Amino acid sequence: MKASSILIIGVGNLYRHDDAVGLLIARRLKNLNDERLAIMEQNGDGLSLMETWKGWNYAILVDAVSSGQAPGTIHYINANEKPIPSKFFSCSTHNMGVAEAVELSRSFEQLPQYLGIFGLEGKDFSHGEGLSEEMEKGMEQAMKRICEKIESLNES
Amino acid sequence: MKNKKTKTIKVDYLARVEGEGALYIKIKDSAVDEVRLKIFEPPRFFEAFLRDRNFKEAPDITARICGICPVAYQMSAVHAMENALGAHVNGQLRELRRLLYCGEWIESHVLHIYMLHAPDFLGYDDAIRMAKDHREIVERGLKLKKIGNQIVNLVGGREIHPINVRIGGFYKTFTKTELETLTENLKWARDAAYETVIWTSQFSFPDFERDYEFISLSHPNEYPFNEGRIISNKGLDIDASEYEDHFEEVHVEHSTALHSVLKERDAYFVGPMARYNLNFDKLPTIAQEAAREAKLGKECRNPFKSIVIRSVEVLFAFEEALRIVSEYDNPKDPFQEIQPIDGEGFGCTEAPRGMLFHRYKVNKQGKILDARIVPPTSQNQKTIENDLRAFVPKYIDLPDDKLTWQCEQAIRNYDPCISCSTHFLKLEVDRV
Repeated sequence: MKASSILIIGVGNLYRHDDAVGLLIARRLKNLNDERLAIMEQNGDGLSLMETWKGWNYAILVDAVSSGQAPGTIHYINANEKPIPSKFFSCSTHNMGVAEAVELSRSFEQLPQYLGIFGLEGKDFSHGEGLSEEMEKGMEQAMKRICEKIESLNES
Repeated sequence: MKNKKTKTIKVDYLARVEGEGALYIKIKDSAVDEVRLKIFEPPRFFEAFLRDRNFKEAPDITARICGICPVAYQMSAVHAMENALGAHVNGQLRELRRLLYCGEWIESHVLHIYMLHAPDFLGYDDAIRMAKDHREIVERGLKLKKIGNQIVNLVGGREIHPINVRIGGFYKTFTKTELETLTENLKWARDAAYETVIWTSQFSFPDFERDYEFISLSHPNEYPFNEGRIISNKGLDIDASEYEDHFEEVHVEHSTALHSVLKERDAYFVGPMARYNLNFDKLPTIAQEAAREAKLGKECRNPFKSIVIRSVEVLFAFEEALRIVSEYDNPKDPFQEIQPIDGEGFGCTEAPRGMLFHRYKVNKQGKILDARIVPPTSQNQKTIENDLRAFVPKYIDLPDDKLTWQCEQAIRNYDPCISCSTHFLKLEVDRV
């Protein structure tokens, strides 16, 4: 594989506790200095996301979600295989969110060949910094799974 | 179901508004018994945050009130503050402010037209489903919005919550060459905006008009953005400093958001429809031509046609942006140095959704003593309810789902923040 062949998009808000997890994972991946990875941070605006992943073959997006399951649970969705339940990402901005951006890109045939979405179930989305204990554990698990996914993409 | 003309239209959560909201309409014997548009705007702590802060912080603090129209908050803040400090910013700095505002109108209006409002007219639940059948149109919308973002990004320093605006001007200005990087895109966009006006004008609109009091700014030479007297079609003609003599915000039981009303008369209407009806003659020739081709007329009282008027304003914004870029001459200084004095100032500018009022009291140490902000959302609330009160009896024979859809559409006529949220709503219609 050539350098920077996998795009990592961390989505979130550093000042809404667990909502920061996507950005924190992106920063940890950046610190690996893995030349295969290009790291981007986003606030979750759908139109910006569409612009960000357009033209990439492989992309992984990480964001906090709120679907009612146990905090720290990791949801993995291959966006190329099925639609993203919009309830997962309903707490983004006024604009379109992740789910809408995926579907619109799909309509425009502009989805990456592989777009994997890791959604980490959050507990605390109130104002403030720092992850909940459950989300800290979820983050460690997610890091492992994302690194495994990067290796499997590398081999493909 | 004893009487088919008695029913309740209920929308429990208007999510992703500035706060939370809901819609409740009760119809009894073919007459509207109750209409409640509940917008749970959070309390405006911003006005309290501002107290004791330095006067220079007002534009950046108030920009945080809205992610869609931060420029409007910045513009009303700088104008009110400069008014308090006896300053007036002119020339190219004023032009740059107008250019930044063009960017915001484009971003906000295009999002609303293409992604939120058009699906109502074309019979889709959302823009994603619409894109499957109308890919080129949705792509055109996204490209137009991106050019709006490009303007805000360049002049404002970043796309959302710009950081380049300050009291007296900007932190950084630009060379003509830098601004001219916009020109090619702006020219394409002007044509695409014209096509947008014609496209939206071909939609089918419910037959509905009311005798509104339209209120907007009015400037002798310009379509209103950042300066002018506050006028209406029913005789209001005041300076921003007289705003609080004529308008008041009142509590209503069903909403945490205040309803703003005219003390002399009552509900009124701000935003694109109001600006258009009061300022048609100030639109550039190309926008007037498009409006005529769209068979809009100089006056329009059907709020469902606001999508066409918003499109005319997008065309105006691109034409205005092109004019500013072509006439631009890099100012000597990026800002005027303004010293604090004891004073009180007022500012009204035109946010995409309508007039936005700011008032500040400051002292000579530069401390903000008092602040008041009246956003357009609260100004249109009562008019939205009145529209629904008049609309529902007229269309009461529609099937429930269609009637509920059109009630939502009637809300979306007014405000992108509300429209945005209502598009993802679960609706409920109960017959009683």
